[in-house]
Amino acid sequence: MDNMTNKEYQEYVKKKIPKPPYLKNAIRAFLIGGLICLIGQIIRNILFSFGLDENQVVAGTAIILVFIGSLLTGIGVYDKIGKFGGAGAVIPITGFANSIVSTAMEHKREGYIFGVAANMFTIAGPVLVYGIGGSIVVGLLYIILTSGR
Amino acid sequence: MDYLIAFLVGGLICVIGQIILDATKLTPAHIIVTFLMIGIILGAIGVYEPVVKFAEAGATVPILGFGYSLSKGAIEGAKAKGVLGAFTGGLEKTAGAIAAVILFGYIMSVVSYPRSKK
Repeated sequence: MDNMTNKEYQEYVKKKIPKPPYLKNAIRAFLIGGLICLIGQIIRNILFSFGLDENQVVAGTAIILVFIGSLLTGIGVYDKIGKFGGAGAVIPITGFANSIVSTAMEHKREGYIFGVAANMFTIAGPVLVYGIGGSIVVGLLYIILTSGR
Repeated sequence: MDYLIAFLVGGLICVIGQIILDATKLTPAHIIVTFLMIGIILGAIGVYEPVVKFAEAGATVPILGFGYSLSKGAIEGAKAKGVLGAFTGGLEKTAGAIAAVILFGYIMSVVSYPRSKK
């Protein structure tokens, strides 16, 4: 034990860290993620039946799912879904809503401006920065790449 | 049938995220941003469009679909309005979701309190 080199010690530590149950987690993520998308599909079909076009349906589905995600987070249900489903609860757009409400709620004590409003964007901020920034880069690249034609 | 496809494709996307989450030290926040960027890139090079056509909500509900909408909007904007469109297109296309996240997120944060962790 005492004569271990640094490398040996790191290997020893690696061995001691419990391996995550990959298969179990993957199945759970599959079920929850799939289920949320299935609900999305139901909302989508209902909106289509109102005669909305593709763009309106995509936006409407996102808005309704965001509402459901925020609501379930507020009443404490989404936490449980997240504990069971892991990435299955993170990757759908409901997980984005969850990230906003859960961080904002925790900081309510710090007030409504620097507590709630500022902490809404702990995770959503990076999403908006990379998302909107990235989209502008894509649009500009499109103009540059097609301007020669 | 579209329900089954949405379930399978959406579930598979989440499995990929779960494996990354388990195999690396990345946090859920990293996963969200990474998947968003992947969605933007796949949308920009036109790979994600057929997935959306095939799986519908299975492709648009995961955050990949949000990235896809952003880059699709930016390209459509660039086509229609040039440089100005490149700036406004992505936001225009996703404005509904972003506005909903801000409004509902704020209201729910104000009216609810975090549960004590057992």
